[in-house]
Amino acid sequence: MAADTPDRTLRLKLRVWRQRAGSPGAFEEHELAAVPVTASFLEMMDMLNEQLVRQGREAFAFDHDCREGICGMCSMTINGMPHGPIPGVTTCQLHMRNFRDGETITVEPWRARAFPVLKDLVVDRSGFDRVIQAGGFITVRTGSAPEANNTPVPKTVSDEAMDAAECIGCGACVASCKNGSAMLFVGAKVTHLSILPQGQPERERRALAMVKAMDEAGFGNCTNYGECQAHCPKSITLDVIARLNREYVRARVKEFFSTTGKPRKGGD
Amino acid sequence: MSDSSCQVCRPSSVGKKVVMAITGLVLAGFVLGHMSGNLLMFKGPAAIDAYAAWLHANPLLLWTSRIVLLLSAAAHVWAGVTLTLENRAARDGGPSVDATRRATLGSRTMPYTGLVLLAFIVFHLLHYTFQAAALGGQKFDSVYRMVVTGFSSAPVSVFYVVSMLLLCLHLGHGFSSLFQTLGLRNERWRGRLDRLSLAYAWIVALGFVSIPVAVLAGILK
Repeated sequence: MAADTPDRTLRLKLRVWRQRAGSPGAFEEHELAAVPVTASFLEMMDMLNEQLVRQGREAFAFDHDCREGICGMCSMTINGMPHGPIPGVTTCQLHMRNFRDGETITVEPWRARAFPVLKDLVVDRSGFDRVIQAGGFITVRTGSAPEANNTPVPKTVSDEAMDAAECIGCGACVASCKNGSAMLFVGAKVTHLSILPQGQPERERRALAMVKAMDEAGFGNCTNYGECQAHCPKSITLDVIARLNREYVRARVKEFFSTTGKPRKGGD
Repeated sequence: MSDSSCQVCRPSSVGKKVVMAITGLVLAGFVLGHMSGNLLMFKGPAAIDAYAAWLHANPLLLWTSRIVLLLSAAAHVWAGVTLTLENRAARDGGPSVDATRRATLGSRTMPYTGLVLLAFIVFHLLHYTFQAAALGGQKFDSVYRMVVTGFSSAPVSVFYVVSMLLLCLHLGHGFSSLFQTLGLRNERWRGRLDRLSLAYAWIVALGFVSIPVAVLAGILK
């Protein structure tokens, strides 16, 4: 890749999804010339939108924010692949040198019932927010910052928690899953918080509440295809799903045998 | 989780998956045992008939197994159908271009192989357990004679062989998958369990297939 000529440009055929909320939507075809290979995929979309505006037509709506691969806002299913053809990369960090001159590129929104299309390529990912609201937090004393070394965390545990915390909540796992399942996302959050000492008070409650919120948001069930891991821009592994299953069963068993019949609640 | 009364009537996604995994483990264990018993066919009529007589002489063992298997199969089918329908709805059609990276043929065909196996089980029970189908109305006291007669029909044997190859595909995904669902898998063990799963599936399938093939080839007669 490094040997590529920076001033090389591409002529592309783009099939881009156009949809208004409440209407069915369809692909629109556009040609775009002089796309630098150094442009990111979002910059290419910016070029397309500028061309549309110059023609007096409506630009395509798409989500984006940091454009440095950490915010989780950019989405887009590119040629059937969430975040495009390069594993471990978000759409904003995908560069046009990965496409051929004259190539037809199909761009569509995340496809899942739990992610309804708001407009064009923008989907409503508030199902994820509801999962986070249900259990994606820890109870802490607010005010002055606590002394960092008061709570020792083993290196291996902090590494594993950090690997899971890499999840940026973009939704590519749902979009790539043939069942529209959010287990990789929920697994990453449960793993991140449940293995750290700071996450222990809510541990059982979190696993139960997040799975409940996930089911209520209309996500599908995991059947262990492994597509989510293969498409995750942060390469989160199926380990977090195995851990979520384990945490859920553990919480259910503890709840079943608890004297009050209720899971331990954080802060109680 | 205040509505704990409804946990049974509306189980969670993970709950249904656990039902799938545990019943799958029971059924996977059963097919290995069943296949091992069947191989006594190669030791001759006396061996397999004695094995059958021993099973029937232990009604407690026989009926406990039958009830556990029946309940497992029913729960497995119920969970499978429910999960599949929910997953179809949740997927909402999917992207217009298919770009599958990792999902195996076995994993993608689980509902179909499962339904064929359900039909196979019904036929198999009518065929050999109740001796009510495809045996020309005959009733056998000798298991050996019943099996040889049954598999002498080429269409019946082909159906058995095809069904067992589909069982291989089903087990190849299911056996490793059940460890993942029960939370007993990680990246290090995933490859090992996938290979173990594949080996398990082939051993079971080839063991079963060997009998109709041996009958048709004239090795068992």
